[in-house]
Amino acid sequence: MKTATLTRRVAVIGNPNTGKSTLFNALTGLSQRVGNYPGVTVEKKTGALDEGTQLVDLPGTYSLAAYSPDEMIAVSTLLTGPEQDGPDLVVVVVDAGNLERNLYLATQVFETGRPVVIALNMVDAAERAGITIDTEALSRALGVPVVPTVARSGQGLDALRARVHETLGRPAPAPPCRWPEPIEREAGALAARAGLPPFLARRALVDRGGAAEALVAAQGGPDAAGALAQARARAETALAGPLPAAEARMRYGWLAQVTAGCVTRRPAGRSWTDRLDAVLTHRALGSLVLVGVMSAMFLSVFQWAAPLMDLIERGFQGVGDLVTRTLSGTPFQGGLLESLLVNGVVAGVGGVLVFLPQIAILFLFIALREDCGYLARAAFLMDRLLRFSGLSGHSFIPMLSSFACAVPGIMAARTIGDRKSRLTTILITPLLSCSARIPIYALLIAAFVPATMIAGFLPLQGLVFAAMYFVGIAVAIPVAWVVQRTLLRGPPAPFVMELPPYQWPSPRTVALRVLDRCRAFVVRAGTLIFAFSILIWALGTFPRSEEARAEARVERQRAAATLSGEALRQREREIANQEAGELLRRSALGRMGRALEPAFAPLGWDWRIGMATLASFPAREVVVSTLRVIYDLGEAEGDDERDLAATLAAARRPDGRPAFDLAVALSLLVFFALCCQCFSTLVTIKRETNSWRWPVFTFAYMTALAYAGALATRHVAALWL
Amino acid sequence: MKLSDCRPGQGGTIESVGGAGRTLQRLLELGIVEGRAVRVIRVAPLGDPMEVRLGDALLSLRRSEAEAVEVSG
Repeated sequence: MKTATLTRRVAVIGNPNTGKSTLFNALTGLSQRVGNYPGVTVEKKTGALDEGTQLVDLPGTYSLAAYSPDEMIAVSTLLTGPEQDGPDLVVVVVDAGNLERNLYLATQVFETGRPVVIALNMVDAAERAGITIDTEALSRALGVPVVPTVARSGQGLDALRARVHETLGRPAPAPPCRWPEPIEREAGALAARAGLPPFLARRALVDRGGAAEALVAAQGGPDAAGALAQARARAETALAGPLPAAEARMRYGWLAQVTAGCVTRRPAGRSWTDRLDAVLTHRALGSLVLVGVMSAMFLSVFQWAAPLMDLIERGFQGVGDLVTRTLSGTPFQGGLLESLLVNGVVAGVGGVLVFLPQIAILFLFIALREDCGYLARAAFLMDRLLRFSGLSGHSFIPMLSSFACAVPGIMAARTIGDRKSRLTTILITPLLSCSARIPIYALLIAAFVPATMIAGFLPLQGLVFAAMYFVGIAVAIPVAWVVQRTLLRGPPAPFVMELPPYQWPSPRTVALRVLDRCRAFVVRAGTLIFAFSILIWALGTFPRSEEARAEARVERQRAAATLSGEALRQREREIANQEAGELLRRSALGRMGRALEPAFAPLGWDWRIGMATLASFPAREVVVSTLRVIYDLGEAEGDDERDLAATLAAARRPDGRPAFDLAVALSLLVFFALCCQCFSTLVTIKRETNSWRWPVFTFAYMTALAYAGALATRHVAALWL
Repeated sequence: MKLSDCRPGQGGTIESVGGAGRTLQRLLELGIVEGRAVRVIRVAPLGDPMEVRLGDALLSLRRSEAEAVEVSG
């Protein structure tokens, strides 16, 4: 039996682009676990440094000044003592090529009272840039151990582990860099009043409107907010300026002395980053490269993902067929068990796995660009274009990815630091037409839009297709604008960001990222999506009409008595398709479709269209196969959609009017362009925002917009056509 | 002059950083503090934001943010 070992916790913190993730991955290997901090949208990554020591990855940040619950995570983690499962030690990852700015955060971490070890990372790149750091002298000046590392190659990691263990349990040194006296004095009084640690009292003073200020207001009793404002005003008068400026002066002033004593520079030639940036962020060339890189991404998704998705779909169809064949001749043939296995379980699992190729390929591109430093350049180039929607260049890659699939798009929004921009991006990406909408667009356009040319050279069908993409974009912009002025109100986030030096992407980091994204989707989203597929299967199956089944039996006997050979098989297929259609029409789903017919009537939809729409709640592309079943065409009659198109065009209502006309088809198109009939998207939003509030909101607002859009389309179209 | 008025290649020593709130704080945290040298490298295709060199780092700033930074020289 293993004896209970005392678990030590080590937190890892650092600026963005310091190789913190690479270091974390290299230290923990495959032992890492990804979870969520309660109540916020921040991912919690933990792993084993070795037996008995747990490593916790804190979000990358330039500073411990916190303005949102998300940013507060790092602060509250660092301030929690080891006795309450807080960290015993903090590793601050520092980019050796940009020492002063990176040590700014370290000086803040010193004030949390935890022992610190500095990982001086990317010393190789710094050396190439002509920067040599005397680690001994730096360690003496800071009063904490400093270990030079190159996380990518694993250099220095054993030394880092050893230093962490040596330092564990030692007391933290007093912070070497002293706050100006007026701030210390006011913070001391405030800390006593609100019962807060001095660290938080200082942050409350300095970070106007920040998370610590809210804590003071909540804990300091009546008039705490007023007392804080007065204390701040007194300190500002004493220091003759805003407090953040005093903090920056204090830290950078001290750091300038520290680095002067341990950094030597020799002139280095023009760096690769400068040479590459001359092209990649060039006004004309940079834009061309961006278009090229993005086109390559999309071509790869369609080139590689589409065949893989086909393969997965066909594979699961094969498994379904195998189940059918295995059960044929047994009492289960054509029964509930077969239906559950084939249409529920196998189709449900297939419906989850079919997303993997797109997620993997998109994240391969995103991780490559992020790791080599290009992601920030793309944000730089596109910022102005996205700004009129209230967003920034950071939203560009997630939004673009969503034209392939919203799921990786939403997951990619993680690279957006600001919570407000990130949530807004997540809320609007499902509006952008993803590849799953293509079969619906193709089917309805082929069936109802005449294949004529406008002005002699513009194909009308192609125009309608393009219009569907345009509708999504045209709606997403005002939605982003409105959301940021209502639900997610707040001061605009600063856009100022670092353009990190270019580097070769590390295959290990990229592979781990892709693997992590795929696993996150399958394990944590997949189970819910699967459960929902089973639910929709049940709604479309129960109650099972015995009458319909008896009718089919009679028909089969009659056919067997009168026909033979190919004609008999043909007739049996027809009967099976009619039976499936009748069963679906009489199922709970069919009844819901009829019951909701008045709701669909203003759109010009009959109950069958409404029901197919309901059935496609888990995945919008399902509407195509549901329409097949409703119109007695059987579930999958080859890949040819033309017979379905013809059937839809010929379908009549009870009173003899056509079920579809161009206006109805267009309204259905607009509905599917704007709705959020994709359970995978909703579950991913839940996962990424750590709350059901946002997926519910997304579904509600998109369904409302889709309904309104469909209604408007139908009436405008009816006027013109 | 304001950093936002600098053309590519121009720059100087930071004299003061104005503005307020979070944006001011972020500029300061990233090292845009009095006495340091800053130079505009280039401007994005649509005229905004701008890429600047600050010590060993390259930063991207919007013009609205660069307006708060006064440089001399």
